[in-house]
Amino acid sequence: MYEAVIGLEVHCELDTKSKNFSSAPNFFTEEHNTNVATVDIGLPGILPVANKEAVRKSILTSLALHCEVPNEVIFDRKNYYYADLPKGYQITQNTKPMGVHGYLDILVGKEIKRVFIHDLHLEEDTASLEHYSKYSLIDYNRSGVPLMEIVTEPCLSSADEAVTFLEDLRDIFLYLGVSEAKSNYGQMRCDVNISVKKKEDSTLGTKVEMKNINAFGDVRNAISYEIERQTALLSKGEKVIQETRRIAEDGKTYSMREKVDAIDYKYFIEPNIPSTPITNQELLELKQQVPVLKLERYLKYIDEYFLKEEDAVLFSKNRELSDYFEEVLSKGADVSLTVNFMTTCILSTLNKLEIFLKELFITPSMLSEVVKLVSSDKMSLDAAKKLLYEAIDAKKDPMELVQKKGLNQINDRDVLSKLICSLMDQNLEVVRQYVEDGNMSAVNFFVGQTMKTSNRQANPNLSREIILEELERRSDKNGS
Amino acid sequence: MYRGKSITELRSLLDSSEVTAEELFSDANTLAHRFQEDYNSFVTILDTMKYKKRDSLLDGICYALKDNFSTNGILTTASSNILKDYVPVYDATVVRKLKNAGAILLGKTVLDELAMGGTGTTGHTGVVCNPWDKKRMIGGSSAGSCACVALGIVPFSIGSDTGDSVRKPAAFGGVVGFKPTYGRISRYGLFAFASSLDHVAMFTRNVLDAAIVTDVLKGKDPHDMTTLANDEKNYVSLLNQDVKGKKLFYVKEICGIDVMEQSDDLELKETLARFHEVLDNIRKEGFEIEEVSIRKELLEAIYPSYMSISCAEATSNNSNLTGILFGPRGEGDTIEEIMFDARTKGFSEFIKRRFVLGSYILQKENQEKLFLNAQRVRRMLVDQMNQFFQKYDAMIAPCSGGPAPYFDATSEKLSDRYLILENHLAIGNFGGFPSITLPYGFVQDMPVGLNITGRVCEDDLVLAIASHIEEITGMKDLYCKVGE
Repeated sequence: MYEAVIGLEVHCELDTKSKNFSSAPNFFTEEHNTNVATVDIGLPGILPVANKEAVRKSILTSLALHCEVPNEVIFDRKNYYYADLPKGYQITQNTKPMGVHGYLDILVGKEIKRVFIHDLHLEEDTASLEHYSKYSLIDYNRSGVPLMEIVTEPCLSSADEAVTFLEDLRDIFLYLGVSEAKSNYGQMRCDVNISVKKKEDSTLGTKVEMKNINAFGDVRNAISYEIERQTALLSKGEKVIQETRRIAEDGKTYSMREKVDAIDYKYFIEPNIPSTPITNQELLELKQQVPVLKLERYLKYIDEYFLKEEDAVLFSKNRELSDYFEEVLSKGADVSLTVNFMTTCILSTLNKLEIFLKELFITPSMLSEVVKLVSSDKMSLDAAKKLLYEAIDAKKDPMELVQKKGLNQINDRDVLSKLICSLMDQNLEVVRQYVEDGNMSAVNFFVGQTMKTSNRQANPNLSREIILEELERRSDKNGS
Repeated sequence: MYRGKSITELRSLLDSSEVTAEELFSDANTLAHRFQEDYNSFVTILDTMKYKKRDSLLDGICYALKDNFSTNGILTTASSNILKDYVPVYDATVVRKLKNAGAILLGKTVLDELAMGGTGTTGHTGVVCNPWDKKRMIGGSSAGSCACVALGIVPFSIGSDTGDSVRKPAAFGGVVGFKPTYGRISRYGLFAFASSLDHVAMFTRNVLDAAIVTDVLKGKDPHDMTTLANDEKNYVSLLNQDVKGKKLFYVKEICGIDVMEQSDDLELKETLARFHEVLDNIRKEGFEIEEVSIRKELLEAIYPSYMSISCAEATSNNSNLTGILFGPRGEGDTIEEIMFDARTKGFSEFIKRRFVLGSYILQKENQEKLFLNAQRVRRMLVDQMNQFFQKYDAMIAPCSGGPAPYFDATSEKLSDRYLILENHLAIGNFGGFPSITLPYGFVQDMPVGLNITGRVCEDDLVLAIASHIEEITGMKDLYCKVGE
């Protein structure tokens, strides 16, 4: 009879060469205060220069989340004093965020749930503080790192939904290549707002806020614990206090501070960054860069390609793998054979060599040719896999190997008959067992011998056919 | 020995090897020290020169720099206690450009604390005096930069102009003060006061020198997104463009005959009478001059709107001064206490008042009424000016209702009409218009200045018009010969 209402604020550090408003390099490092420019420490006289790549990546994400994109890029100042904020203000977006009124469809269990996005804005990260008993240290490496904040509407209702949303969002960041989104580096962080109310109530309950949770597991624990705690309070007729809580290692949440009146950040438009129009042409080009996303691909794999659930999940989760898979198929390769090759040869090679798909020598068109060898019966699956591994090792086009080494399957009936006859002549005893005793294992014996003698090049099905014919012919001859 | 010489004069002396850069620096350094006690132009006088010969009109020429421009390795205080020991680690773009042009830095000059003020009296190292009369102020905030040019110590100096901080003191010092179009010169390294109004500007003793300095300083800067694309013009060679028949206007409510006739302030009467005489002379030389009218309410809104916008931006811009990373560290048990203490001790009461104002103006519940309305006034004035600029090439006006005020001047004589005349120069900052002050005469033996403000991006035309008016008035290469 109680239900939870959850909203998320997700922070994601963008993957760019330099920081959002300075030329300092942007990458994670444990060497303190090394990725720092004068702009990042707020020295007098500095001016921000907006990073085009960060702007592009945030608009791209905004489009992928079906947001409305503004007609111009402008930034605002959010004014407050803290030791991790060297300028005394954060450059962010308040007047015109990069996107508003968007949504993301997620699959929770078997149901598709639409999560509404309130807004997506681009801002700069703060410095990080390390507190010791008698002093604190400031590391400015993070100061000015481009940070994208995505705020959902309060429309989630369970830990499952929240975590699925976060996972899908991370996959989108990776799909778009906008962020590495590693939560252990704090590249993806999340604030959770959660309240509980009676199902029939139309007004929201009292909101509790949990800030800067990195691990998705912690998000799950925090939400589950809060739903339980708040529901218990309400069912006892007690009140939930509006406050900020933190998640501890024991999976429980603890009160940090009660919410005082909201701080007035005195927003105003950043005067040092002139507004830049976003033209229709630019928007069109960006829209074309938004790929088909995970859920759509997953549904296609299930509904059109009839992939097994686990394969559909596997192939849709990673854009590189999915793109590769689809490209192999686009060259006319058979679906289930392609799945077979990719889940075995390709993935095991990536694991073994610890490389990315893009570093693999075998291109989708090479793989599709190999798949076609099998589907057109020119080569056995075994032989084709062997060929593929060889090509990977030698960093050679498999078809080139086929031509050079003559690895092509022997499909010539006359050639095979000749070979098989000679094998039977050498193994008259085995022939006799079939002719006189009707021992079927003789067939398998000759198939094996044929494959062995032909260096596994013989077409096994055709060979079996010829072997049976030849054995029958010899039986007839014997009987007559 | 080389006191009072212009850039052009010094250039030819240097080029003909009659003097060396070292001799010029040594001469200027001696003068700077000699006048420091009486006039207090400098926070820092450099006793050793840094110089590399370059192929430029400014090669070997000394200059002074307002102490709110970042200079690598040289103390930069913004005349505030909170930065009294601050030594920057980077050069402002204008400093770098001047270095690359072979100009030689003589010293860093006193300003009103953090460039907020118009008197030259609030710097942490003391009051700057007017060379023409020590009992009077030179004006501000670029007080020291103006005084050292008016004293003839250096042929040019760099200042910053947010409301009239170069163009007003220039009038009081009898020198030329030029603020090009917003974005013409990079602000990178200029300590921000109010970013949307701040301009890099300069003092010289003639218009040609202002063109020479602007040619060196202007240009797109990758560090300042608000800089304009290069205009590929040479302002020096465009000074002689034909300006016959150019149309000027003056605003009746700022400086019309009525203002003069209705006032019983003798100083104001004399200042305006001289101004209208000059207008007549300019007309005779082929300029068209007409009177236009602007709603008085709009003109009266200039000062409060300027205060609103500038204080709001200033309170944010100066939020980096917390004593955490640089500046005197405050005392306290928490980060908040430490910052609070540093800021309490570091700023004068006058500055704190502006920050409180700015903070109040930006508060959510006040923004619409105080901040956004000020922006609307700004917009209306700029639209009005642009309308005039469709018909006229430039506005002409006196910079003030009289010569430089005395230090003990009371505010009694500040009638509302007087305020319009005293504050109209901020229009140039509201619209980013190119705007130049040049002397046009003397009142009570003190110089008075007039101002020419033109269309955005037409810096060359404003300079050319000013150059012709300079010929007409004959008020050129003026400096105060005190102590000679």
